[in-house]
Amino acid sequence: MISREHIGRTSAPLTVEVERGHIGRFADAIGDPNPIYRDEAAARAAGHPRIPAPPTFAAALRPNDPRQGLAIDWSKLLHGEQEFTHLRPLYAGDTLVLTQTIADVYEKTGKAGTMDFLVLETTARDPAGAIVYLARGTIVVKR
Amino acid sequence: MTVGDRLPELVKPPIERIQLVKYAGASGDWNRIHVEEGFATAAGYPSVFAHGMLSMAFLGQLLSDWVGGARVRRLAVRFKAITWPGDVITCRGEVTGLGTEGPEGEAGSERLAEVRVWAETQKGTITAEGTATVAV
Repeated sequence: MISREHIGRTSAPLTVEVERGHIGRFADAIGDPNPIYRDEAAARAAGHPRIPAPPTFAAALRPNDPRQGLAIDWSKLLHGEQEFTHLRPLYAGDTLVLTQTIADVYEKTGKAGTMDFLVLETTARDPAGAIVYLARGTIVVKR
Repeated sequence: MTVGDRLPELVKPPIERIQLVKYAGASGDWNRIHVEEGFATAAGYPSVFAHGMLSMAFLGQLLSDWVGGARVRRLAVRFKAITWPGDVITCRGEVTGLGTEGPEGEAGSERLAEVRVWAETQKGTITAEGTATVAV
């Protein structure tokens, strides 16, 4: 059982760069052959100012983890839900400041018994402080 | 484009274990359950299995193949079933709404489509389903 006292805990800000090589490797991993993720000229020809990131690339930009110190058994963890909201597209060369907050902790009892739920919210801002995207993930921990 | 339109479906090649290693490396999600057979079997699973986020990435590709890159404004997915090595995932979608309101924080308005998306295995098991907002 995860204590609800952890709700609101936020990780230290982490500055990351969206790297074009990383975008290409991510596209390779998911098996998306679109050249706009690998070739600047192809991206421009498709109307993009730079190489764009695939729709779920934000998953590969990892903030500092606010779960430090929580006893989580990684063999009992499943991903329940995930949401990304982009206020503007993400491009290679972007610099982002990431923070992640434990937004909620609760338990639910269903067919599979009682499980713990952990909701993590990530905020990505540009260097001027404007929000670029928000991510919200629900992690399920079986007991 | 009208409500009820189906998106061109996306059929992915069978999931291979090496793809799970590649996705772990590219995403930074190194939970051993996806890449170490012994860790997965000790945890009670028959084998390693795919990151839920890999299925979500497939749904992202479904959308960007349809409308082009950098046009997905929101994507929300619920993971329903585990995807195993060897599974052939097909992604499908359907337009559920059309509007012109721009998302908060963006200057001007753009034409947006609300879409229902889902991923299913060769057996018809839905592994992930959700909704998206895309600029069209």
